[in-house]
Amino acid sequence: MYQDALIPKLGVVTQIRVETPDVKTFRVIGIDGKKPFVHIPGQCAMLSIPGVGEALFSITSSPTVEEFIEFSIKKCGCVTDWLHSMEEGQEITIRGPYGNGFPVDTDFVGKDLLFVAGGIGLAPLHSVINYCRAHREKYGKIDVVYGSRSMADLVDYKEILDDWMKEDGIDVHLTIDNAQPEWDGHVGFVPNYVTELNPDVSKTVVMCGPPVMIKFTLAGLMDLGFDRKNIYTTLELKMKCAIGRCGRCNIGSKFVCKDGPVFRFDELDELPNEY
Amino acid sequence: MKKIAKAKIDDLFKAISEKEVLYLPVDDAQGQAAFIPWKKGLKMSEDLNTGRSAKDLFFPQVESLVNFKMDGKKLEIIDAAREKDPFVIFGVRPCDAKSFEILDKVFYYSEPVDSFYIDRRDRSTVVVLACSAPEETCFCQAFGIDQSEAAGGDVSAWMDGETLYLKAVTEKGEALLEGLPLEDADDKAVDGLKKDMKAIMDKLPLKDLDLSKFGPGKTQELFDDPAWARLSESCLGCGTCTFVCPTCQCFDIKDFDGGKQIRRFRCWDSCMYSDFTQMSAGQPRPTQKERFRQRFMHKLVYYPDMHEGMFSCVGCGRCLRKCPIHMNIVKVIKTIGEEK
Repeated sequence: MYQDALIPKLGVVTQIRVETPDVKTFRVIGIDGKKPFVHIPGQCAMLSIPGVGEALFSITSSPTVEEFIEFSIKKCGCVTDWLHSMEEGQEITIRGPYGNGFPVDTDFVGKDLLFVAGGIGLAPLHSVINYCRAHREKYGKIDVVYGSRSMADLVDYKEILDDWMKEDGIDVHLTIDNAQPEWDGHVGFVPNYVTELNPDVSKTVVMCGPPVMIKFTLAGLMDLGFDRKNIYTTLELKMKCAIGRCGRCNIGSKFVCKDGPVFRFDELDELPNEY
Repeated sequence: MKKIAKAKIDDLFKAISEKEVLYLPVDDAQGQAAFIPWKKGLKMSEDLNTGRSAKDLFFPQVESLVNFKMDGKKLEIIDAAREKDPFVIFGVRPCDAKSFEILDKVFYYSEPVDSFYIDRRDRSTVVVLACSAPEETCFCQAFGIDQSEAAGGDVSAWMDGETLYLKAVTEKGEALLEGLPLEDADDKAVDGLKKDMKAIMDKLPLKDLDLSKFGPGKTQELFDDPAWARLSESCLGCGTCTFVCPTCQCFDIKDFDGGKQIRRFRCWDSCMYSDFTQMSAGQPRPTQKERFRQRFMHKLVYYPDMHEGMFSCVGCGRCLRKCPIHMNIVKVIKTIGEEK
């Protein structure tokens, strides 16, 4: 068989979990029953259904999981719609991993980490949070601020309640946009909640969520005195090749697919504001 | 240096095509030249350049990547058929030859390699023909190309009224010329020809095109230039400039379900189109201004940023001739960075 970066491998979807009304998590293994590849938290992979199309998704599972890789995917277009309608056992194609990933073994080591996520933005952070939990001794205190529209829209809610919230050294702060009778936690938008929590400026921040959440959370962190060099986020642009050639995700001299998707805000300041 | 009388040029083409497939610029019924396989009776176009660039032969407008067979939950990957035969491209102009170097940096020398492109490059032998009649839309000299030198290929060629001169510059080029019905010639035989060609170039209207405002590190300076809005105002977003461009590299990957098999193919795409970057989550280049700016910033700043200062334009002038609203890279080069 020909080898080329654009030619995918076969994968099998062995489990599909319903997370929220519009998010499902897909477990994928190779056709040989093994994990398709080894990745770094924050990296992405191309999934495709031949005849429908190919699209890039962030890998949700931690590299420490050895049996499979998982993707939490929101239904919002042609490919995701098809993925949401398929059944377990479906063969799909997969290629990757792509992108730079988070500096979990360099810049993050020894730091207190503050993860800020909104809605499906938890997907790329899930991988890095679980990686840090698995290598707990390498990092300082871990805080997670996570918000969504409603309780039903919280992705990985069960895992957060059963595992993350019960662990020492990790504080999870959940919030939903509007009050609900069965919710006794915080109510309000993520940016305000982050400011209310008044995090120490020595923390390294990792943010992922809708642009409006990123914009206001960043402004709040700037007011608190954070350094843009210590704040990371991931960018999302349309991609076809994922290897820096098709031209879609080009911003200045960078391609989000290969030079990103993880960027520090001081790096983004150097790029044209076109994302 | 070798030579052959122009009157006997068909003997040369016949001899080459007995070795390998020979692509030659040939005029169609509308007088548009295009590279097609030579056969007896076809005449090489005397026109300056082909309507579309020579990049088709390495990076075709459409090419199959892989096929799939889908049966319920089962999926099978099937190799797409690939050509294996070596081929010769005869009569590539020096600007287009330079474009191969620009595309090579993207498809040949960047990891991961593009096996489709590399395979075609490796199977090819390129004969570059010096330009004896450049047009007023030509500005290759702005990018350091000397059209009289016929560099960038495996064989350099010069033609005057009576004689075609050929000089192998690579091992592949030497292998091609071996055994062909050619006579020996002195290297100095083309000196006069080169001098005449240079003299023509010096009379062209775009000879003093200044690129000093562009190049690596100019993003911050040029990105918010107010002239982008004015220049892009009349752009129709038709994408013609990108399709005739020898250096445009953007592509799409699409699937075609033919019933029995699904064909995944790569095809040229254009950053001038609105759906190029349209996502369900939003549109980072919402108006033609952003798309227009992307195309020229990529050629004149971003690509040089990524590839040691090399511009992604060769001054072939095709976009000047083909744009329906007469907008082009020369106007951009002259306008952007002027207002302070």
